[in-house]
Amino acid sequence: MKKSIQIMCLFVVLTQFSCGQDPENKANIADSTPFDAELLVDGLQIPWGLTFLPDGAMLITEKSGELIHFKEGKKTSITNVPPVYNRGQGGLLDVALHPDYEKNGWIYLSFASEEGAEKGGNTAIVRAKLDNMALTNIEKLYKATPNTTKGQHFGSRFAFDEEGYLYFSIGERGDRDTNPQDLTRDGGKIYRIYDDGRIPEDNPFVGQEDAKEAAFTYGNRNPQGMTVHPQTGAIWIHEHGPRGGDEINIIEKGNNYGWPVITYGINYSGTPITDKTEMEGMTQPIHYWVPSIAPSGMTFVTTDTYPGWKGSLLVGSLAFQYLERLSLDGTTVTDREKLLEDIGRVRDVVEGPDGLIYVAVEGKGIYRLNPVD
Amino acid sequence: MNPMKIVVPIYICLVSAISMILFQDKELKASMERGQEIYQDFCVTCHLPSGEGVANTFPPLAGSDYLLEKREASIRAVKYGQQGEIVVNGLTYDNMMMNMGLEDEEVADVLNYILHSWGNKGGEMVTPEEVAQISQ
Repeated sequence: MKKSIQIMCLFVVLTQFSCGQDPENKANIADSTPFDAELLVDGLQIPWGLTFLPDGAMLITEKSGELIHFKEGKKTSITNVPPVYNRGQGGLLDVALHPDYEKNGWIYLSFASEEGAEKGGNTAIVRAKLDNMALTNIEKLYKATPNTTKGQHFGSRFAFDEEGYLYFSIGERGDRDTNPQDLTRDGGKIYRIYDDGRIPEDNPFVGQEDAKEAAFTYGNRNPQGMTVHPQTGAIWIHEHGPRGGDEINIIEKGNNYGWPVITYGINYSGTPITDKTEMEGMTQPIHYWVPSIAPSGMTFVTTDTYPGWKGSLLVGSLAFQYLERLSLDGTTVTDREKLLEDIGRVRDVVEGPDGLIYVAVEGKGIYRLNPVD
Repeated sequence: MNPMKIVVPIYICLVSAISMILFQDKELKASMERGQEIYQDFCVTCHLPSGEGVANTFPPLAGSDYLLEKREASIRAVKYGQQGEIVVNGLTYDNMMMNMGLEDEEVADVLNYILHSWGNKGGEMVTPEEVAQISQ
């Protein structure tokens, strides 16, 4: 009883600190939906990431380590995929194409890797080419250290900005008090590299003693959503909070997003992590979710394919098993809508080159949202 | 007859029985402690801190008839993951739990923690050997 009173008090405090955002997770149920969901690719376990080749084929990662090529109803398992550390949240994770893929053929993969001396794994980034349904020319671009047997927080989402820099996330690997606020350690960070893995000279921590120079921001917990704003070109991410306090953040060079010093969340056990939700020198999210929806995958809607949706942000919910559409006015969330209620754990959401929305659902497969009038 | 001839064997039997119980108890406790750490790492986000789960989405572990009655299926689920319909305490769950990639010893530890926490009385201790014998 005492504990619950403490939690109540904490919620009251959180409410007061919340800059006016309604802290309770209340997404509206959509009145009418401008689509029919079609299960396009079935029989998948944990489809973690997907992207499209120029010929319309789809590349899908299965967390277990399989990279699937899907075209015209046919699934092919791509060979020579690097071995993955399939434990907890780790495995084969995101996949992305180089913006100039048609010229250079580079495919980017993120995964949990056991490479290194210590037991366990950590996030690795490679690029490779696809030749006759096999990966070739595999180049390692980044491998976070040290390995750990912890099962959490590999991050791993990709985005290329308009200048061609590659951004990726690495979560704090279940060690929140060590990694996210320490620039000399991997994890709890957003990284920025050139497409070939070199570190940009103007990265914010270049030249700082022992710093991880590929890091671009820090104080991030476990970002599993990343996308580029279609107008501003800014990198948007979301990250899992603990119990409560999932966040949407806009990535700015060198910023500290505060984990675990400030957060809108609490421990899973109900005890507080900190009494602070803001602090000077730490960036506030543009939106946070309490309770946690457990966001994974994120994309902007950039076309008029679905009436009224252009400019909104789509986010998958693992915990509540739906697709969320957030309406935006600039960087302010003005409305939230629940789509595909109870569909299953939504792991990824992508806008295809055809302007259609594709949704990866655990235990099911890839749904395509076919527009209806 | 020397009464010591009876007392000594009884005494020895008693002591060894008690020490065995105490030893097993200690072993179970150690396993549960390791299991609690695994639980915090791999399970708590869905099944929640007291194993209460989320009705219709993530089955409860505290007071779960499935867990307590279907020992082998439960070990298999923790070892290899779980997919498809199961009925727990009268509610149907049709979800998937990923393969966590735990070693046999870790599977045993986390099950010992779950089977003997939150009021659960899960019977005999799960051993890595028992886990090793269970195939997909």
